[in-house]
Amino acid sequence: MTSTPLVVLENVNKHFGDLHVLRDIDLTVNSGEVVVVIGPSGSGKSTLCRTINRLETIDSGVITLDGQPLPAEGRGLARLRSDVGMVFQSFNLFAHKTVLQNVTLGPIKVLKQGKAAAEARAMELLERVRIANQAHKYPAQLSGGQQQRVAIARALAMNPKVILFDEPTSALDPEMVQEVLDVMTDLASEGMTMVVVTHEMGFARRAANRVVFMADGQIVEENTPDEFFTNPRSERAQDFLSKILTH
Amino acid sequence: MEAFLSNIDRVVDGFSWTVRLTLISALLSFVLGILLTAMRASPVPLLRGIATVYVEGIRSTPLTLVLLFCGLGLNSALGVALADSVQWDVFWWAVIGLSAYTACFVSESLRAGINTIPLGQVEAARSLGLTFTQNLRLIVLPQALRTVVGPLGSVLIALTKNTTVASVAGLGVQEASREMKLMFDQGVAPVLPTFVGFALGFLILILPTGYFFNWLSKRVAVVR
Ligand SMILES: Nc1ncnc2c1ncn2[C@@H]1O[C@H](COP(=O)(O)OP(=O)(O)O)[C@@H](O)[C@H]1O
Ligand SMILES: [Mg+2]
Repeated sequence: MTSTPLVVLENVNKHFGDLHVLRDIDLTVNSGEVVVVIGPSGSGKSTLCRTINRLETIDSGVITLDGQPLPAEGRGLARLRSDVGMVFQSFNLFAHKTVLQNVTLGPIKVLKQGKAAAEARAMELLERVRIANQAHKYPAQLSGGQQQRVAIARALAMNPKVILFDEPTSALDPEMVQEVLDVMTDLASEGMTMVVVTHEMGFARRAANRVVFMADGQIVEENTPDEFFTNPRSERAQDFLSKILTH
Repeated sequence: MEAFLSNIDRVVDGFSWTVRLTLISALLSFVLGILLTAMRASPVPLLRGIATVYVEGIRSTPLTLVLLFCGLGLNSALGVALADSVQWDVFWWAVIGLSAYTACFVSESLRAGINTIPLGQVEAARSLGLTFTQNLRLIVLPQALRTVVGPLGSVLIALTKNTTVASVAGLGVQEASREMKLMFDQGVAPVLPTFVGFALGFLILILPTGYFFNWLSKRVAVVR
């Protein structure tokens, strides 16, 4: 594995009004690395993801992607966002577009690819997430697991440098969780740089290089998955793990 | 009734002006309504402010006043002419007044439609790198429009009926109700059949419009 820093957060702080949601966050994600972010609800995991593609602004600190600080607005920001893929808990597919159109929209409108080329590539990606046979359906006609796999293909179609996953399986029925995790595991093994907010320990152990534990807006602990799950050092992590392990 | 029917060409002519006023104003108010909606959704506070003041202001002004302002204020008092002949001059002023007024209702409908679109889709589009205008044009408006086809139909029906105000409010524009009043004044046909005849004319214009928009709104509905 190379260890070129791809996403770097330095001393990042963020408030929502009086609420200090991100506190002095320092985090480096290297190229090709898979980082799992775990922590209690409300600890700032989603906010952390959203600051990386600037869906949320930060109050202080620096975030760089590939050595470049995030642009504040305009075309530069749009370009940055196309380099950072995002997969949401609630899929967020475009309801008025077919699966294929969902995947080709970004490449055609943002990357200015030709329609035929974009469609050919989209079909490859849909094949890869094992849903090519549904290409002409609308999102509402698909199951949650299928929709999430389309959302992953949509993110991949932009050839992003990194993909952020914000609890990608939390809104799914249990029987659909695995099909999405399988796709993500494949991606991880192909060397995609990923930041994944998830409580799926199986996935973390199998695919992650590192686990980052957050609580109250702070990174409390960082370790390899095996170390983290078997020997959590902080009390907060021990407490949190005992809770999620008991059910 | 016979006397009324022998004047049927005047009736048809009156309604032809009603249709012209309606269609042109509908088109203009649709374009202006979309522009206002885009401004109200924009991240630029100044644009948002201008559009909000415009919509709230005009929406709470009676149409009669808006048309009087166009006719008496801009056209007569300030002498701004839009066409060489008086007939077309007042026609275009009426179009402007009706469009300026109706655009507010188009914009209000669209805004209600935009509010039904899950924020997540907008964020997904943004995270793909779509700009604000692309997001509006490709994701937000197409879906918002589909959800408000019904309400837009109602706006169009109201506009059709509102064209009758244009002849009363100082502009003296040709349209169906003005023709009706002229026929009363000139005593060319008994009042009751004339009245029923013109009412039927509006019914013929408006009923199919309502049915069409109902049908269309079901056809284009986005399944979520
Ligand atoms: N847009 C917002 N406005 C105000 N508070 C917010 C907003 N988004 C999140 N929060 C608050 O910030 C905290 C962290 O939220 P979040 O990042 O979603 O946590 P997590 O994803 O770890 O559950 C929570 O207390 C949440 O209520
Ligand atoms: Mg969250």
